Amino acid sequence: MTATETHRAIDAVWRIESAKLIAGLTRIVRDVGIAEDLAQDALLAALEKWPETGIPDNPGAWLMGTAKHRAIDILRRNQLLERKHEQLGHELEARQEAAVPDLDEAIDDHVGDDLLRLMFIACHPVLTMEARVALTLRLLGGLTTVEIARAFLVPEPTIAQRIVRAKRTLSDAKVPFEVPRGAELEARLSSVLGVIYLVFNEGYLATAGDDLLRPTLCDEALRLGRVLAELAPAEAEVHGLVALMEIQASRARARVSPSGEPVLLLDQDRSRWDQMLIRRGFAALTRAGQLGGSPGTYQLQAAIAACHARARTADETDWSRIAELYAELSALVPSPVVELNRAVAVGMASGPAAGLAIVDRLVSEPALKNYHLLPSVRADLLAKLGRHDEARAEFERAARMTQNARERELLLEKAGRGKREGGRGGKR
Amino acid sequence: MRFVAMVRATNASEAGEMPSQELPAEMGKFNEELVKAGVLLADEGLQPSSRGARVRFSGKNRSIIDGPFSETKELIAGFWILQVKSKEEAIQWIKRSPNPFPTGESEIEIRQIFEADDFGEQFTPELREQEKRMRAEVAARR
Repeated sequence: MTATETHRAIDAVWRIESAKLIAGLTRIVRDVGIAEDLAQDALLAALEKWPETGIPDNPGAWLMGTAKHRAIDILRRNQLLERKHEQLGHELEARQEAAVPDLDEAIDDHVGDDLLRLMFIACHPVLTMEARVALTLRLLGGLTTVEIARAFLVPEPTIAQRIVRAKRTLSDAKVPFEVPRGAELEARLSSVLGVIYLVFNEGYLATAGDDLLRPTLCDEALRLGRVLAELAPAEAEVHGLVALMEIQASRARARVSPSGEPVLLLDQDRSRWDQMLIRRGFAALTRAGQLGGSPGTYQLQAAIAACHARARTADETDWSRIAELYAELSALVPSPVVELNRAVAVGMASGPAAGLAIVDRLVSEPALKNYHLLPSVRADLLAKLGRHDEARAEFERAARMTQNARERELLLEKAGRGKREGGRGGKR
Repeated sequence: MRFVAMVRATNASEAGEMPSQELPAEMGKFNEELVKAGVLLADEGLQPSSRGARVRFSGKNRSIIDGPFSETKELIAGFWILQVKSKEEAIQWIKRSPNPFPTGESEIEIRQIFEADDFGEQFTPELREQEKRMRAEVAARR
């Protein structure tokens, strides 16, 4: 192996081992920042040694062994310090050798638990959302600061600083290394899921950034979701989120035209949907369903995505089921945007008049004042009802509101079509 | 990026011999590790080629050839589909697999799967360029 090949191989080992390594070390030193420094030191040692010795058979154990030695040094030093403090205050204390805990045992057990704890710490609510995202990608994704910065289109020092500050915040707040229990669990888990889904969407919805690292964010979010599904298999919403991401990712090839323009769901070439990911999404959704309980928001969104995935053509879409699911979602998290989506589904299932009735109730909604999809959806429904003059006015209003040039073009085109069809009724 | 890791067939696998008792357990453990790491998309073992067939194309003609096929080393006995960040990562994972044929020699071949982007680059350089410009514009507006 040449030196470059070894370095690449070490990168790969790091990618596989780093999260487990940091998690195990955090268990010993109880500080994520110190744990990551120790892990980085072990990586440096590997970069120094392995080009000569070759990559060991069990590289994970080698890295952990190396890092553990340093961890023990630190612990001993701290204990010495503590002891000195004690000596200053009191007389000699009897309990000298407050022995280093049995580290091997501590590490080898509960690798999974440690990873889960690390996820909960990285997504802790004392941190800002931005910090949670950066820290999660760094500690659990094994991404470098440079990679994270490139994926989020921000300068590298910004991310580096964000991570340093996050680690300090965690340390100052003395955030315990544990899996939260009881009532706290739900809120904390929802923070973890929120971070993963944000990373996914950052990659999925990206139109900006001429960089392959943005799809990497999708892949990484999916991977973290799949990891979490194994760590917390009893949590239905985890499987719900995984199902949602798998099904959305299955459309990646179809949702952008060769010239880079977004293709709407109903216009996509369904033969380009990735059937393997769809099947995985269905499997995750089934797992969520088998756990019972009333479905959460991710599970409901995944169920909606699954309705689309099941339809072989856009015409075969089960819109009444989708309308029902949006109604459930709306009851769970009341939101005008969800209502607008429900209006679209109802419009498809029960006819444009029923859809329009819902949309009209949203017109005075302040949250949607600048939301171009409101007039756009309303215009579509009006056009289907043959009210072409009103439809054109709404298309034009939507066109004025959108920030996206390509979308504006599309809306104005529809407005123009409405003009030609003016007076003629019926469906589109 | 995604990779297929294909286990090459051996005389034993072609003869339909079932692996020893330890292998399924070890293989199960390895697969579990892949699942826990979130990198395993799919994995299957294939029956001997005696239970398969080939469709041979020659111009517009098609002919059917029933298995078994003689060139054992070119046959596939099973595969994984892995989603990883690099070829090296796929290699590092496969290195950890137990020997699929513990008593003998065997080989696992790792091949990268084409993604949409791979085609884009080769076939439509001008569209790529256009997309690049558009993306730059969007980025500038952010």
